[in-house]
Parts: sequence; C-alpha cells; structure tokens
Amino acid sequence: MFERKPGPMKALTRQWQLQSMVIPGIIWMFIFCYIPMFWLMIGFMDYSIARPMLESPFVGFKHFEEFLSDDRFWRSIRNTLGMSSIKLLLGFPIPILFALLLNEIRNLRFKRTVQTISYLPHFIAWTIFGGIALNWLGEGGVVNQLMMALGLQDREILYNSDPKYFWWITYFTDTLKETGWSAIIYIAAIAGIDPGLYEAAELDGANRWQRMWHITVQSIRPTIAILFILAVAGILGSNFEQIFMLKNNMNMKMAESLDLYIYNMGLVSGRHSFSTAVLFARSIVALGLLLLANYTSKKLTNESIF
Amino acid sequence: MARNGNRGRQGSRRRIGAFEIVNPLLMLAVCFITLYPMWFVFINSINSPEQALLGTVNWFPKNLSLDSYSVVFNDPNLMNGFVVTALRTVIGTAAHVLFTAIVAYGMSKTHLIGRKLYMKIALITMLFSGGLIPTFLLMTKLGLYDNFWVFILPAMYTFFNMVIFMSFFRTIPDGLEESAKVDGASDYGVLFRIVLPNSMAVLATIALFSAVYHWNDYYQGIIYIRSQDLLPLQTMLYKIVAENSMSFMQQQAMAQFGARLPGNSIKFASMMVATAPILVFYPFIQRYLVKGVMIGAIKG
Repeated sequence: MFERKPGPMKALTRQWQLQSMVIPGIIWMFIFCYIPMFWLMIGFMDYSIARPMLESPFVGFKHFEEFLSDDRFWRSIRNTLGMSSIKLLLGFPIPILFALLLNEIRNLRFKRTVQTISYLPHFIAWTIFGGIALNWLGEGGVVNQLMMALGLQDREILYNSDPKYFWWITYFTDTLKETGWSAIIYIAAIAGIDPGLYEAAELDGANRWQRMWHITVQSIRPTIAILFILAVAGILGSNFEQIFMLKNNMNMKMAESLDLYIYNMGLVSGRHSFSTAVLFARSIVALGLLLLANYTSKKLTNESIF
Repeated sequence: MARNGNRGRQGSRRRIGAFEIVNPLLMLAVCFITLYPMWFVFINSINSPEQALLGTVNWFPKNLSLDSYSVVFNDPNLMNGFVVTALRTVIGTAAHVLFTAIVAYGMSKTHLIGRKLYMKIALITMLFSGGLIPTFLLMTKLGLYDNFWVFILPAMYTFFNMVIFMSFFRTIPDGLEESAKVDGASDYGVLFRIVLPNSMAVLATIALFSAVYHWNDYYQGIIYIRSQDLLPLQTMLYKIVAENSMSFMQQQAMAQFGARLPGNSIKFASMMVATAPILVFYPFIQRYLVKGVMIGAIKG
C-alpha cells in the first residue's frame, strides 16, 4: 500500500473505482451546465431552432442594441429593482427582528413550537400559497373584509387587477412565506454566542435592549453581513415561481420582472437569440454586482464570501 | 437560570414585565398568521356547496360537505397528475441522493487523481450558468421536451448538496474504512456497506429537501410539458388556480352537481390534496430539514 512512485497511468488504473464514481458527475456537469453556458453565444447569432447552431449567422451586438432600446426591457429592469429594493430595505431586517424576539422567549418548549410553526410556509408550494393570496386579494376576499372592518377603505378593491399594488403584494406574500425560514440561520448564530458575555453585561448593569444590541446583534454581525452581500448581489433576480403565480394581464405592467421578460420573449414569443442576449448581459452584471458587494463588505466590515 | 435569578437586582424591572407579556403575544400572532392560510383552505374545502356560493368562510365551515373532494378524486386528470408527481418525487429523490452521494464520496478522497481539476470544474457551475433559454434548447435537443425524464435528469445533482455530503463523509473515522479495505472490500463496497449506512442523518436530510422540491415544483411542468398525461399535480393546480381553467372533467362534474358546486370549492379541495403529504409529514421531518440548513450554513 505504501509503495510510492507507481507510474501515473498505473496509479490511475489502481483507483479506477474512485474515478468511475467521479467521472459520471463531471459528464453530468458538462452536459447540463457547460453546454448551456457555451450556448449563451447564440445571443450573438440569429439562431433558429430549425438549423444546426453553428450554421447560424453571427450578428454581433444586434440583439443587445435591440433590447437596450426596448422600453419593455427597461420597464422590466425598473420592476425588478423596485421589487428587490422593497424586499431588501423592508424585508431583510424582519427575520433578524423575529430571531431576536424569539431569543427572548424563556420557555424553551414554547420557543421551539413557535419556531417549528414559523417555517412551515416555506415548504408549502407557491401554487397553494399564491392561490390563497389570489383569493384573499379578490372580491369579497379576506384582505378587503379586513380593510373595511378596520375602516381603512370604504369599498372593495381588486388588489390583484391594479398594477400599483403588485410590488407590495410580492413583498407581503414573500414575508409571510419566508420569514421563519430565513430566521433559522440567525437563530443558529445566536445560539452560538457565549452565555458568559450576557452574564458579564448583566453584572455591568446592561438592560435587555442594551444586551440585545451590544451583544446579540454585534455577535451575529458577520452572519448579517454575509446574507446582506448575497441579497444585494441578487438584486437582479426575482422569485420567478412567485411572480409567475401572481401576475396576470392586468398587472403585467408592474409584474414583468427581468426573469419574466426573458421567459416571455424567449419561450412565449420564441425569440431565442434575443432573450439569450438579455440573459448574457444579466449574468455579466450579476457577477459584477457580486464582486462589488463582496469588495465593499470586505472594506467596511471585514466580512466577505470569498 | 442564573440570568433569571440576577434579574431582581436590576433597575428596569417594570419594563421587563411589559415585554414579557407583549413578546409571547407577538409570537402567538406569528403562529396565527402562519397557520391561518392553511386553515382557511381547509375549512373552505369542506364547506358545503350552498354556503360556498355565498362566498368564502373565515373561521369555520357552515355545513360540512365532501362534495368538492369527490370531484377532485373522481377527476382522472388530477389523479393522473397525482401519480406523475408521486413518481417523480420517488424516482427523482432516489436518483439525486444516490448520484450526488457517489460523486461526493469520490471527490472526498484526497488521493483522487485530478481532484483539484474536478473541484474547479464543479465550482464554476456554481458561479455561472447558461440560464433559461440555452437550457431549454438543450432539453429539446436531448429529447427531454415533453418527456418524464426532464423532471429527473437535470435535478440529479447540485454542487451544494455534494459539498454537504463531502463534509459529512470526512467526519467518518478513517479507521472504519481502512479496516474494511484490509478485509478486501472495494471502494464501492466501502461506500455502500460502511459509509452510507453511517450517513443516514445526512442522507435523510438531503432526500427530504429533494422530495419537497419535486413535490412542490410546478415550473418544470409549465416549461417542458405539453401532454396532459405528463403534467405534475402542481402544474395542473397552477392552471386551475392562476389561469382559472377548469378541466373538462371538472366542468362535467360541476354540471352534475347542477352547477351548485362553485369553482372555488374545487380549487380549495385540490389545494388540500396537493399539500396534504407535506402537512402530514411535516411534524416528523421538520428537524431534519432544519439540520440541513445548519450544515449548509456552516459550509456555505
């Protein structure tokens, strides 16, 4: 076993079993990841599904110029940034807040029960969650009943037919579905804090809020920073399953995110090359954003993902 | 406990008292908001058709009735969707766990020749991807368009789960594997007889995540499936709920009930049927799911 220096070929045949475990994985990656990556180049071609890809004519940046002058493209950018910003500014702190408050619950069984219940919606399909939302936002739905009972509106509003509510609907449904799940990571980080820190702070006379701020929040700052980097880097993304469920012809003006635009152009209108050009530009910008967010965070907080 | 004991010495006792009442109430409110949507679907799915015509109920059904369930269970399309979803969940999960675990085991061996290169190849798939259109074209060329295997093959592997497997396999004591090797076991023998039986916790976690994905996914069905008999349940549900399209069978069934069974009731009953497995298994599997996030969080 410990005789070294067999020839490289001999070493390879000796571990053929290990190699035969890994190589199918590499082949899988080649087919399902690398070929599509390579095919991003049809964004620079006039591709038609009828002929072999390499015979399609190169057209340079034609499709890029075309989408850059398409109002609907810019509308989809606005919608994506709008929805992402609301989620980032108003949505990002909510799981942190929930984790902090849950951490203050003394009764362990109650705490665990609340936590278990809180992440149930994460496992409910968007078809169902979205279906409930559509029902509630419609005529005679729960939202209208509630708003009228509270005296906040005097007649029914068809929330899902009015584009101006769409961004807020995505924000609220997302918060309802994912708050508990997103909080898990903060709860785990809080659980790892040395209890001695709290005892010391208490001896120094720190009250509950001071302890929460100076110990809990400061200790989980690295976790917050990393998740914030990822959230900022993902600002061009949208939750496709959610938007696809809630969109309709009436609210499309505010609902069509960049992902939905790519879907509509590529698969509904069949403009493969055009929407691949959009995809290409989107991945370049997204990668740039990731690097930028990483760099900024490294400078400001010393936390980074790579 | 020491923290509780010390509290009396502090000055801010009054504020703590208020918080101790408000905070649990707030947490109860969170539970209510979380559970109420599913309760709402449930009560409206068993509400009697006459009542359902008057609108949805908010707290309790007015008169119990299982009529809408009998429509759902007698609809061959929906039942076919149920079978497609069940099949893809079982086959897809088995394929994902087995394939990813085998690749991960090979990758976890430091003496694997070419390991650095393999890891680089794998890592790049994390950072870049072809995206919707090139992937769609690939599936078409592979003959996977409108084919059951489009649910299985592309979902057989993820980098993330491979890393989770790899880090778990490394925690298994080397001595265990060595002694099996001395007894003449092959690498596959070690993997299937020593490593995998000792990795049940991580296998269960990843299998559950994969199963939940397969059960809940409606998007693949929208993009890749045209034939009615290959549509997963969730894709059908999407059509019923978001596009308001009732299948022919449902329309017939509604006519049979003298049009007194409103579409909403059928929607709610279908939603219940599609979520029932998740709701039933959730209390038993939730701790594995959380464990998965923890491992992922440490590694990622």
